Amino acid sequence: MKCCIEKPIIELPAGEKLCKKHFINYFEDKVFKTITKFGLIEKQENLGVAISGGKDSLTLLYILNKLSKRNPKIKIEAIAIDEGIKNYRDESLITAKEFCNKHNIKLNIYSFKEEFGMPLDNMLKILDVKPCTICGIFRRYLLNKKSKELRLTKLATGHNLDDECQSIMMNQFKNNIQASARLGPKVGVKINKNFVQRIKPLYLCMEKEVATYAFVNNLLDEFAECPNVSKSYRAQVRDMMNGFEQKFPGTKYSIVNSFLHVLPGLKQRFKDEAVNYCMNCGEPASRDKCNACKFADKLNKAKDKALVKIKQ
Amino acid sequence: MIKQYKPLKTDICFFIPMEIHVYYDRENKEKTIELAGNSLVKNLLDKMKINPVTVIVSKDDTVVTEDEKLNDKDNIRLISVISGG
Repeated sequence: MKCCIEKPIIELPAGEKLCKKHFINYFEDKVFKTITKFGLIEKQENLGVAISGGKDSLTLLYILNKLSKRNPKIKIEAIAIDEGIKNYRDESLITAKEFCNKHNIKLNIYSFKEEFGMPLDNMLKILDVKPCTICGIFRRYLLNKKSKELRLTKLATGHNLDDECQSIMMNQFKNNIQASARLGPKVGVKINKNFVQRIKPLYLCMEKEVATYAFVNNLLDEFAECPNVSKSYRAQVRDMMNGFEQKFPGTKYSIVNSFLHVLPGLKQRFKDEAVNYCMNCGEPASRDKCNACKFADKLNKAKDKALVKIKQ
Repeated sequence: MIKQYKPLKTDICFFIPMEIHVYYDRENKEKTIELAGNSLVKNLLDKMKINPVTVIVSKDDTVVTEDEKLNDKDNIRLISVISGG
């Protein structure tokens, strides 16, 4: 079913085909409805937008910038983390800088090298860990810490429907219901002043929709993939979900929609779980030390070992 | 009453193969794919074993759907939507 006489550029899972103009309206409408429906943004905010220079985060920044122009009480600034992944992050950060300059948005960049002593590429040479594990822990740690320093009221991330669907399935496969309780358009099980509330305005937008929006609005010309992602468990779940979506269109929507029905119960179930604070850095932690400090310790030990080897 | 003409599978157009020039950004490669006449974008993706959920298809710098009809010597760009980490 076509929306109008114009040539369609995308077919939605329900079979509707939309032209460029109607797709842009549909996409922006969906994001604004997500924000309203889940109460993601208040009338007055000092909103941070976590960006990587990829299609999801730049699309998010582009739309939230539109929202900010309409509502001057919603102020936005961007945060980017330079993990130190050669030929990937260095290039996407150039795109991020150009985008922020063009749209006059303040961009704050923090790097693993400055904060943890070395780039991710070097960490992986001396530590036997999965790249996405250490990268994710350090990145989330820095985003929360720096958002607090910048006095942001919320931090928006570019997670889309595909990302959420993968997380739900991964937690099911690993029997990690507590991690599922922290998912949803508003991250976490309860408000904690030590966590800057993370929100996902692209929660109901499929990856292909986000990419199409970014492409037709000339936000990005090509979409690079992290060189480490193929090694991840997530990549395997992603490929499996894409296979299902091709055979049974609408599968991803069904998974996320049914999850949204049980999510309030999950958050209720885990809301009284005690949150500890890291004895080292004071950031929230599940035990006496946060994961970022545990990995930083491992990193220092590995660095010392490597130095001893070089001297020998 | 004049009977409306409906092309049959035995018509000549189905036998004339077409050559489509495809650039797939994920592989950073340009390929020439041979397809039967009257093929659609969906047939091209099938032949290349690419899941349509994972790409945007651009023909002459315009995004098209899987039902778009292809012509001989068309230039197609496949943009992988899988990004990030």
